[in-house]
Parts: sequence; structure tokens; C-alpha cells
Amino acid sequence: MLRATLKSLLSRKLRLVLSGLAVVLGVMFVSGAFVLTDTMGRSFDSLFSSVYQGIDVNVTQKPKVGGDQDVGPSQQGNIPAATLDKVRAVPGVASVTGDATADGARVIGKNGKVVTTFGPPRLGGNWVGTSDLLQLREGRAPAADNEIVVNVTTAKSAGGLKVGDDVGVLTLQPGKKVFKLVGIFGYSGDRDSLGGSLEVLFTTPVAQELMLGEKDVYSGINVTAAAGVTNEKLRDDVAAALGGEAGGFQVKTGKQLTDETTKSFREGLAFFNNVLIGFAGVALFVGTFLILNTFSIIVAQRTRELALMRALGGSRGQTLGSVIIEAVAIGLIASVLGLAAGVGVGVLLAWVFGNVSGVALASVGVPAAAVISAFVVGLLVTVVAAVLPALRASRIPPIAALQEVATPDRPLTKLTVSGALIGAAGGTMLGLGLAGQGDNTLWLILGGVLVSFIGVALLTPLLARPVVSLLGRLFSWSVPGKLGRLNSGRNPRRTAITAAALMVGLALITGVNVILASAKQSLSSQASTQVTVDLIISGDGDDNGPAKFDPAVMDAAAKLPGVSSAASEYWDFAQVDGNGTGISATPDMAAYASMFKLTATEGTLQWTGPDQAVIDTENAKKRNLTLGSTMTMQFTRGEPHQVKIVGLYQRSDVMGGTIVSGDVVKDYRSAQPSWGYLRVSDGASVDAIQKQVDQLLVDNPEVSVANRAEYVDAQSAQFDQLLVMIQVLLALAILIAVLGIVNTLALSVLERTRELGLLRAIGMRRAQTMRMVTVEAVVISTFGALLGLAVGTGLGAAVVRALKDDGFTKLAFPWSQMATYLLLAALVGVIAAVLPSIRASRVNVLQAISHD
Amino acid sequence: MTTTVTTGQAVAARAVDVWKVYGSGEAQVIALHGVSVELERGQFTAIMGPSGSGKSTLMHTLAGLDSVTRGEIFIGDTRLTGMSDGDLTNLRRTKVGFIFQQFNLLPTLTAEENILLPLSIAGRKADPKWYETVIDTVGLRDRLKHRPSQLSGGQQQRVACARALVSRPEVIFADEPTGNLDSRSGAEVLSFLRNSVREYGQTIVMVTHDPNAASYADRVIFLADGQVVDELLAPSADAVLDKLKGLDAKVESAADASQAG
Repeated sequence: MLRATLKSLLSRKLRLVLSGLAVVLGVMFVSGAFVLTDTMGRSFDSLFSSVYQGIDVNVTQKPKVGGDQDVGPSQQGNIPAATLDKVRAVPGVASVTGDATADGARVIGKNGKVVTTFGPPRLGGNWVGTSDLLQLREGRAPAADNEIVVNVTTAKSAGGLKVGDDVGVLTLQPGKKVFKLVGIFGYSGDRDSLGGSLEVLFTTPVAQELMLGEKDVYSGINVTAAAGVTNEKLRDDVAAALGGEAGGFQVKTGKQLTDETTKSFREGLAFFNNVLIGFAGVALFVGTFLILNTFSIIVAQRTRELALMRALGGSRGQTLGSVIIEAVAIGLIASVLGLAAGVGVGVLLAWVFGNVSGVALASVGVPAAAVISAFVVGLLVTVVAAVLPALRASRIPPIAALQEVATPDRPLTKLTVSGALIGAAGGTMLGLGLAGQGDNTLWLILGGVLVSFIGVALLTPLLARPVVSLLGRLFSWSVPGKLGRLNSGRNPRRTAITAAALMVGLALITGVNVILASAKQSLSSQASTQVTVDLIISGDGDDNGPAKFDPAVMDAAAKLPGVSSAASEYWDFAQVDGNGTGISATPDMAAYASMFKLTATEGTLQWTGPDQAVIDTENAKKRNLTLGSTMTMQFTRGEPHQVKIVGLYQRSDVMGGTIVSGDVVKDYRSAQPSWGYLRVSDGASVDAIQKQVDQLLVDNPEVSVANRAEYVDAQSAQFDQLLVMIQVLLALAILIAVLGIVNTLALSVLERTRELGLLRAIGMRRAQTMRMVTVEAVVISTFGALLGLAVGTGLGAAVVRALKDDGFTKLAFPWSQMATYLLLAALVGVIAAVLPSIRASRVNVLQAISHD
Repeated sequence: MTTTVTTGQAVAARAVDVWKVYGSGEAQVIALHGVSVELERGQFTAIMGPSGSGKSTLMHTLAGLDSVTRGEIFIGDTRLTGMSDGDLTNLRRTKVGFIFQQFNLLPTLTAEENILLPLSIAGRKADPKWYETVIDTVGLRDRLKHRPSQLSGGQQQRVACARALVSRPEVIFADEPTGNLDSRSGAEVLSFLRNSVREYGQTIVMVTHDPNAASYADRVIFLADGQVVDELLAPSADAVLDKLKGLDAKVESAADASQAG
């Protein structure tokens, strides 16, 4: 029996390739994700182990804000210079170096723009001399306060800085500073940077002032141990000398630092990995449809063969077994190929990543997770998809099959009922997930979407007949078109599954599209109804928050003739009553409130003294705060503030939360505003003022001024980027769906060889034959696209409705995008039909009609 | 020796010294051995012969479905040999009709649509009068909206006959048209074919191994070993059977002789 199965398998190589390809692609995505994250993980390991090379023990002040997961990166507290002497006095200490480094030193490149990175920090620090690690490549060390050195990566990224150039640098202090570049450094092992970080090193006093904001302080102390003293002992001794936990210091060995940094990067990578695997899951889900369909067709074609086996004494179990063995064989081969391709893709992506980020890549390895997931996923998906058709095959009475009694089209009632039930279950799960709160929400939503897809897929055969015949009318003007339409309606199950595969990918894309379009529309309607700002100064940010600019610009802008009102907004991470959060501050609450049409429900919306705040009524209720309550706020620097609530306001769609008085920003990480809002008096030209503000911003290249429409467009552009990314990742699912169409057509052409022969015999041209097959493909693909658009619109609308209170005030449908998808789907049908239609047109008439 | 069969009347299709060779070397099979035949217009010709005599191959080459190794094929005045696929398709559209043993109707189309299929593929309209005549002759008027699966074998074959007739081709080639029918339905189809020759002057060439079917023809050509060996005009079933028996005997003795030699 086994031999018979394998022989039959080998005799149908094309079929093997087509059904295997879907599994190969899905497995490739899964294992590629594992290989990529594994390689990147180990690259970071080796990177961080060298970052802390030469540091035996490190001392930092416990960060005042952050350092935990719910807030952004932590900013170390400043350590007074006197602490260095304390550490130096500890027995076993060989040397002590004060480090004055912070993220946020932004070099202005040759093109006048700020040099950016894809994630690595832009560090500004103090020069402490060369070491085993740090090497001066050109020039000399900075000696005067107007001198800096940069690492090779910075010099290259800035457009080729040379020793002797004047270089503009933005720091955490307001305004652009210009320095003379006196040297360029690199790292041991011929590295240009550590992990792609951009580094600017000043003299110590300058670094302290510009990056730490205070004189004679350090961000950290690096200690080396004397011979014979272990790092762990030294750490404990230093900690004891500094007063232990109570002293507010964190003392760690270099190894601990390496492990911690590595761990946090690994967590980031794990998230990335999960995203990739999520998309792989979609691809495999679609692949399951393809395999299911292929096996249904295969089994249908093999009915006689299987019946013969049963007539000769094969048991039902053996029939079932033979189909499952075929599935296992395909699954195994596809898993091996998919794993190989996945390793290739993973390596390629890691290489691209390495080149972009400047991280030296570790050697490529294939983690066990990649191998295990490849085989589990590949085999499981294939076998699951094959079981249903196999069960059906084993139920066929041998005599019926041998006599080639056309299997009557079974009624769709059972399928429809179960489809409706499963669809309803999926819808309910989705509804609960969207309405609910808590940890299970995401799983409920994802599960709901998945189950809904299965439900819709089961309902598809019922829809196939009317929709396909309606769609086909478009092509019925020619005889080949009409025949193609009739062919696509011939086996509603097959058409339905093929179309359903395309539906999944398109539904997801359409759903996301509806959500983003609604977000855009909501944003622009809110901007026009709830905001009275004419000009907005803002810029992109990095891990530390939005871009900042010199507060002097705001002062100058407010004085421009034609500007009736101006307000600025500062932003930083803070601990509010012990919870990490981002917090906004503005010096002029009255102006700010009028810009955003906020009105007081209690108290007043203006500052009458320092350490004051306003809060929206919803948040106040949630946190049990009333007028006059105080909140304890710890900002990046300084002591905690007791902030008193002086006003409550009704939240709007664009504005909510706590806003603090402007005096606190001196304790912000950087006392510079992130947003500036200007209102232009009636009769003054917005354009003219925009040009003038633009001039004021010449030394603040990270921000720009935009009018309201431009600002909304810029915000929407982010949605577009997100959409493009999702489309690219879901393209794989679509590709697999296209393979499904090719597969279905190829097998249909094979099945209908005799008909094709007849048509050719009675005068159908090759081109007409091709057109007939193409129409069939286009009907299937547009049917799938219509389903996808409908389901996706439904999903998107459901999500938008559920997020009504989170600013999604408008439900918008991206009609033009949807029309584009429909057209693309038709095009996909044409492309999918190319090979099958050529095959159909090449049918040998004589063989076809004499074929029994 | 090659027997050339000719008559004086206008010729609808002819083969001139046609050879058809399959394979090469040891595996070489000569299916047609220099056959020359002329099929007169307005006649019902049957081609008979034992299995492997080349009768189907001869019909396929005459219909332009198969190429010839050597020799020439004409339909009317048109020379088929060396024609491109496009030209052959055009020829099949306008000058040739087919009736198959397996009926070969499209299951997705109604009887009427199947009948009109060759015309609609070619983008032509049926002559309404002729269409009505054909429908009445085959007696399918009340079955026109039925699909093939709702028709009996005999009815399906009559639909196939109507499909071949409706475009008024130069020649209709029928390949064992009664092979899949019971004798009553077979007789119906055959008399219908004979009537369309007698009444409407249609030319029909039929391959069959059934002497009874051949007796409906005006003329029977006998093939053996890829050669035309004999013919009968206005045959009766018995006469055909006798000829066939003689042929079988000849073939057997030839085989014996070759074994003995």
C-alpha cells in the first residue's frame, strides 16, 4: 500500500510542487523569523560584551524616573564629583573614571540636517582618553571647550566630516552649538562604532554642562579592580562604602551590565519575532486553504484508483492512510525546503540589518526553534488540511467510484449551517474582545478574527453560485467568456475555497485600511473643529520623546506682528504618584486652553503659582482626584514636586490628561518645548507668518512649522507607512492565494482535457481557449476580492466602532484603495491564468477526444 | 499494391498517397500505407476494417485533427497538409463537423447552446430556417433547454448530430457514432444521418466496426493493414459481414504466412 501511494505521488510531480509551495513559503517565513532573531540576538550579545569591556564595576545613581518597563528609557541621576573620591578610597580599586554621557547629542550633517539613526542612540559624553577599546583614528583628543571628537560612524553619517571642520551639535541644552572637530575615533577590531551608536565626545566640563545640565557631576563611575580582587567583591565593597541601597546608588559588575542590556534587547527582539511569526501564521492559514483544496481535487481525481484499492481488499483505514502518507510526504519535503529557504531569508535580512545599523553580525546559526517550528508547522498544516478530503475519499463506496458515477454535488446545507454557527461564534468572540478589557482581549480579538474567517470560508460555497454568476455576466459577451463563467460556477466548493484563500489576506489589509482611513478622517475633522491653532511647530522624535527646540524661538514667534496668541508644550517621562507616564507642561495655560477649546468644569484653567496642574474630569474620577488634590511628581532631575490641581476640564477627542505648569520643566530631561502652537489674528496672512517662523527655526533643524492641514497630512503619513508595511507583510498571504488559483485552474484544465479537445475540434482558437481559462481565473479572484473587501470592511468598522471613545469619531471607507484592490485582484487572476491557459491551449485535440 | 478508389462526382474530401508512421526504428508502426481515397459530395461513406487497420487514423487525418507523414489531404479544394493551427481551426469552423462516440457535449450548456456552440465560437449566427429544420429532424424541440445530464444517450447523440449539421459543413466525420448506444437509439441516429444525406445533400464519413451501421451508408471502404483493400456500393449488412469475414481470413492467413516465413 505504501509503495502504491508513493508511486502515485511521484507520478504527479506538478501537483506535488504546487501544493508543496504554499507550505514551503509559510515555513520559510516562520523559520526565517527565528534565524533572523537568533543571529541578531547573538550579534547584540557580542556587541554588548565589548561595550562594557574594561569596566569591572560601574556605579550609577538610581534613576528618578523610569528604568522599569512602563516608562521609556531611564535617565540616570547625576552623581556629584565628590562621590568619585569616595569610590577611589575603597580598598581594591585600581582606577576610577567619571563618565558624563547622555543620549541626545545630535550632530548636524553637511546637508544641514540632523543625523538620525535607526534606533541606536546618539550619545554625547566626555573624553576620558584612549583604551584597549577606544582608539583615535585621526587627529587628537579634545583639549579646549570648543573642541570635540566623533566616532567614525558619526563622521560618515554626517556626510564625511573631516578633522578641522566646524560642526553644529544640538544637545540637551537649548540652541545649536558649534564646535571644532579635532579628532575621529573608532574601536578595537576595526569597528567604526559600538552597535551603530553615534558618539560626540566633549571635554568633561562641557559634557557635564550640555549633556547632564550641571557642573561637576557624572552620569556614572567606572571602576577597575586591583589585581587579586574579584569584581563581585569590589562591587560589594563599593556599594557598602556608598551607603548600600539607602545611598541611592546602583553598583553593578560589568558582566551584570552586559547581561541586563542584552536581556532588554532580547525582549525587543522577541516582540519583533512574534510579529513576524504572526504574519507567517496568516500565510500558513491561507496555505491551509490551498492544501485543502489541492487534496480535495487530488482525491477526486484519484477516486477510481482509491476505489480499485478498496475493491482489491484495501480497508478504509488504508485508504485514509494512503492520503495521509501523501500529506506527510509533501509536508516533510516542504518543511525541509522551507527551512532551507528560511535560513536563506533570515541570513539575508540579518545582513541587511547589519549593513543599515552598523552592527557586526555574529556567525549564522540555525536555532533549534527554527527547525522544530518548521517541521511542526509544515507537517501539521499539511496533514490537517489533508484529513478532510481523505475521510471523504474513504467513504466512497468502491463500486460507485469504479463505475465513475459522477459524484453528485452534495447539498450545501450542512456546510452552510456550520459556517453560520462558526461565523456567529467568531463574531461573538470578536465583539467580546472589542468590548472587553483585560489580558484576554487581544486573544479574543485574534481568535474572533480567525474563527470568523473560517465561518465565512464555510459560507463561501453558498455565496459562490449567485455571486460568481453575477460577476461572470460581465464577461459573457463572448463565447469563451461565457464558458469560463460557467466553468467557474461548476464546482462551488472548489471555487469557494480558492477565493476564500484570497479573501483572508485582502480582508486583513482592508480591515487595517478602514481603521487607518477612519483614524485619518477623525484626525482631520477633530483638527478643524476642536483646535483653533493656525501654525504648529513640531518634529519627529526618538526613544527619548518628541524632538525639541529652543524656547527662545517661541518668545520671538509670539512677538511677530500678526500672531495673536502663542502656547508651547513641553513633554517628558515622569513618575506621577509612583506610576511612570509621559507628562505635558505649558507655561501659559490660558493660551493653551483656548488653542484646544478647553473649558473649566471646576476651578480655573490658568496658573496662579508654581507646581499647579489641570486634569480632565474622566481621569480625575478614575484616580480619585478632586479640585485641590495634590499629586507627587518626580521628574528626571531634582526633588519630587507636590503638584496641586487647580482646574478640571472636559476632555475632548484631541486633548485629555494632566497638564502641569511651566515652572517644572527645569527638572525635565531637557528644558525645551516639543510643540509650539500659534494663532494668527484675523486679516494676517498665515503663509507669511509661517515663512517668518521658518526663519526663526533655522538653528533648530529637527523641527519645522506647519499649518493645520500640513500637520494633519504629516500625521496621516505615518498611517500610510504603517499600511505599506502591513501590505508588504501580507503580500506573502496573497502570493499563496494566487498559487491557489493557479493550482485550481491547472487541475481543472487537467480534468477537462476532453472538453478542451472537443472545443478545439469544433473550431475554438488557441487564443479563445486561453481567454476562457482566464475568465474563470478572473471570476474566482474578483469573487475572493469582493469577499475580502466585504469581510475586511466589516472587521474594520467593528474595530472603529469599538474605539469610538478613543478618538475614532468618524468611520471612513477608503473607496479608491478598495477599488484598486479589486482591480489588482482581477489582474492577479489574469496572471494566475497564464500557465494553466497556455496548457489548455496546447491540449492535443486528438488525444483529448480519444481519451477515456 | 495501392488501390485508388475514385468516382466521377464532385469530391468533398480526398487523401492522396497518405502515409502515417508512428515512432521510429524497432518501435515503428505504419498506420497508413499510402492510402488514396476520394469521398464524394452528398454521399454517406462508411470506413470499415478490423482493429488496427488504420480506419480511425485515416478519418483523423482527413479531418485535419492529425498530421500526415507523407501525402496530401484536401477538403473541397483546400489543401490541409502543412496548414498552421490557426488555419486548421478556421477550416474546422467552416468546413468540418464532428460526431464522437462519447457524444462530447459540454455539461454546462443546454442542448440548444451545445447545438449552436460551433457557430457562436466562430461568431456566426445560425440560419434560422435551417436551424428549425435541423431541430425538427432530430426531434429535440421539447428538450432544447435541458442539460446533457438530463438527456438519454440517444438524445445526447442526436444533440451532437444537430451540432455537426447546423453549420452546414463540407463534411461531417462521425467516429463510431453508435458505439455507446443501444440498438434502437443507434438505428435512430443512423437513419437520421442517412436522411440528412438524402434530403439535404450533406456529406458524411463514418468510421464503424458494426456491419449493421455500415449498411446505412451509400458506400463502404474497407481498410486492412493501413491500406484500402476493398469497397462496396449500396451495401447490405450481410454483404458487409461477408466482406469483413473475408478480410479477417486474409489477415489471419497473412499473419500465419508471415509467422511461417
